[in-house]
Amino acid sequence: MGKTLFEKIWSAHVVREMPDGSSLLYIDRHLVHEVTSPQAFEGLRLAGRRVRRPDLTFSTMDHNVPTTVDRLTIADPVSRAQVEALQTNCDDFDIQLYGLGDAHQGIVHVIGPELGQTLPGLTIVCGDSHTSTHGAFGALAFGIGTSEVEHVLVTQTLVQRKPGTFKIDFSGRPGPHVFSKDMVLKMIGLIGTAGGTGYVLEYGGEAVQALSMEARMSICNMSIEAGARAGMIAPDETTIEYITRDERPFAPRGEALDRAMAYWRSLPSDADAVFDRTLTIDTGTIAPQVTWGTNPGMVMDIGQPVPEPDAVPGYSREDVQKALDYMGLVPGTHLTDVDLDVVFIGSCTNSRIEDLRQAAAVLDGRRKADHVDLLVVPGSEQVRRQAEAEGLDRIFKAAGAQWRFAGCSMCLGMNPDQLRPRQRCASTSNRNFEGRQGKDGRTHLVSPEMAAAAAVAGRLVDVRTWLET
Amino acid sequence: MQPFTTHTGLVATLSRSNVDTDAIIPKQFLKSIKRTGYGPSAFFDWRYTADGQPDPDFELNQPRFDGRSILVTRNNFGCGSSREHAVWALAQDGYRVIIAPWIERNGQRLPAFADIFRSNTAKNGLLAIELAESEVETIFKSVANQPGLEASVDLAAQEVTLLTPDPVRFRFEIDPGAKEQLLKGLDAIDLTLAHADDIHRFERDHDTWL
Ligand code: SF4
Repeated sequence: MGKTLFEKIWSAHVVREMPDGSSLLYIDRHLVHEVTSPQAFEGLRLAGRRVRRPDLTFSTMDHNVPTTVDRLTIADPVSRAQVEALQTNCDDFDIQLYGLGDAHQGIVHVIGPELGQTLPGLTIVCGDSHTSTHGAFGALAFGIGTSEVEHVLVTQTLVQRKPGTFKIDFSGRPGPHVFSKDMVLKMIGLIGTAGGTGYVLEYGGEAVQALSMEARMSICNMSIEAGARAGMIAPDETTIEYITRDERPFAPRGEALDRAMAYWRSLPSDADAVFDRTLTIDTGTIAPQVTWGTNPGMVMDIGQPVPEPDAVPGYSREDVQKALDYMGLVPGTHLTDVDLDVVFIGSCTNSRIEDLRQAAAVLDGRRKADHVDLLVVPGSEQVRRQAEAEGLDRIFKAAGAQWRFAGCSMCLGMNPDQLRPRQRCASTSNRNFEGRQGKDGRTHLVSPEMAAAAAVAGRLVDVRTWLET
Repeated sequence: MQPFTTHTGLVATLSRSNVDTDAIIPKQFLKSIKRTGYGPSAFFDWRYTADGQPDPDFELNQPRFDGRSILVTRNNFGCGSSREHAVWALAQDGYRVIIAPWIERNGQRLPAFADIFRSNTAKNGLLAIELAESEVETIFKSVANQPGLEASVDLAAQEVTLLTPDPVRFRFEIDPGAKEQLLKGLDAIDLTLAHADDIHRFERDHDTWL
C-alpha cells in the first residue's frame, strides 16, 4: 500500500518509537515569538539547560509590536518587557532574531516561507496554533504549547502520537472573486470546528493545484480552525518556483538544491495511498463566505440571512443564541444591510503580497466610506517594501486607509490595534472568537477582496455583483 | 510537576460548547513573562463586569460553586490558540479535572477537547476526561438538582464517580502516555533526555537543508 505525504514525512523523522505507542519525532525548524516563549527560556535557565540546535531555531517579534511609525518605542511597558525578554533570550542562547526594526521582522508564519526556512519535507513547530500555515509547502508543521517549546529547545524533538489522515479534495475551479479564504471557510463550515481534530489534513484537487503559494498558505493557515493541528499540500512546480526565487536566503542552492528537489518530488502521496477520511468539495459551487457568529464554523454564503438559532447543524440553540447576542444580530438579517465600523486587512492568513494586490485592485480609484476605519497591515517588512515598490501603499492611502508596519496587529489586539466594544469589523484574519480583536468587538471573517469592497461600501457586499455596478 | 492520582471535589458546570482559549484567558494576560498569577483571570471577559466586579450572571460565579475543583463543560473545549496560559489559568484557579463530551456529527466522532489544549493539560497536572454525551448530560442534571454535589476521580482505574446518594460511576479512556505522565508527575524533558544517544545518532545522517 502506498504512503501519504504526511506518512512519508512522519516516518522520516521518527527518532524512536516509545513503548506507549507514541513516537519521538525530530524537529527541523523551531520558530519562536515573544508571547509563548519566555516561560520556556525561564525553564531552561532554572534547569541549567541550553538550546540543543540554535542553528535550527529562529525568532521574531510579531504579536505585541505596534504597527505605527513610532513603533520602536513600545509605549505599553508590559509589552515592552516581553519584547525585551525575547531579545535577551535570543542573545543569551545564541538564536537568530528578526527583531523590531529588522528588515525581515514580521509575522512568524509570513517570514518563515519568505526567508526560505519553510521547505517541503521538513518538520516545523512553533508555539502558535497557526503554524499549520507552513504545511502549504508540503512540510509537517504544527503548533505547540510552551512546555513543548521548552522540550524542543532542549531536545530538538517532540513526543507525539501519530494523528489520522484526512484528505480534502477541492474539485473543479472556483468562480470569479472566490478565493482560497472562501474555500477554507466553506470547508470549516462543512466539517465543523472540531471536524479535523486528531487528523492531519491534506488538501488536493484541481482547485488547490491551481493556487499560488500565498493562496495555499491561507488555506493551510486555517486548518487549526477546523481543529486540525496540521494541514498540508503536496509540493509541486509552484512550490519549487517559490522556493528558488532569489530573495530566499535560507533555501538550498546548487548541489544541495538538486538533492532537495529529488526528495521533494518523492513526497506527494502515492496514487494508492489510503486516507482515514476523505471529503470532496465542489469548488465551483462556493460563494464568497462570511462568518456571522463567534467561531469560524459559524459561516455562510454572502447573501444568506443570519440563521435561526435552531437551524444551525452542529450547534445547540443556546450556543447560536449566545453568538447572535454577542454579535448584535437577529435571525433573518442580511449582513449586507448592517453598517461596519472597521475593516482590517492583515494577519498571517491574508497579509502577503498577493492579498494586498487583491485588496488594492478593488480600492484603486475608490475611497473608503467615511464611517469606516480601514487598516492595512503587511505581514512582514519584506511584504511592506514590496508593496511600496509596486505602489500599493499609494493606492491604500488614496483610498483613505492607514498603511502600517508589519505585525499581528488587529488579528488579536495584543498591541495597540484593537476594536472598541461593539465595533463591527470585516476582517481578513482567521478568528472571530468573542473578544479576539478587542473586548466585545464583533468580527466577520472574509477574503481580502470582500474586505476591501466592504470598506468602500461601508457594509458587507457581494463582491461579485458589487464590482460590476 | 505535581502528580495526579485521585481527586475528590465539588463539581461546577459551564454549559457552552467550543469554549476557545481566547475566552479561557484573554490576550492581555499573555503579556506576562511568568508562569504564575493567571488564576484570577480565567474566563476574564465572562467572569467580571466592566467595573471589575464578579458578574452574577456568569454560570461559574454562582456561590454554590465556591471551592469547585472539577469543571464539567461541553464539547470542543480549549479550541483555538495554542496558549498554554489557558491551562495555567485553569490549574491556578483551582481546577484539577475537566470533563467534556465527545459528540457525533455527520457520522463522525468529534473529540471533547482540542488537540493542543489536551496535550497542554497533561503537562500541567490537569486531567482532561472525555465522556459520552449522555454521561455528561447526567452530570449536568445531577449538579443542577443537587447543590454541593462532589465527584471523585481515580486516574489509575480510569473512573469518575458522581457522589450522588446512589453513586454513579463512569469509565473513561485516556492516552497511556498522558496517564503515566500525570500519575507520576514526570518531567517530559528528563524522559526524552534519556534517549539523547538516539537523537544524536539520528541527527548525524538527517538532512535539515540548513
Ligand atoms: S496574525 Fe493572528 S493568528 Fe497569525 S500569528 Fe499573529 S496573532 Fe496569531
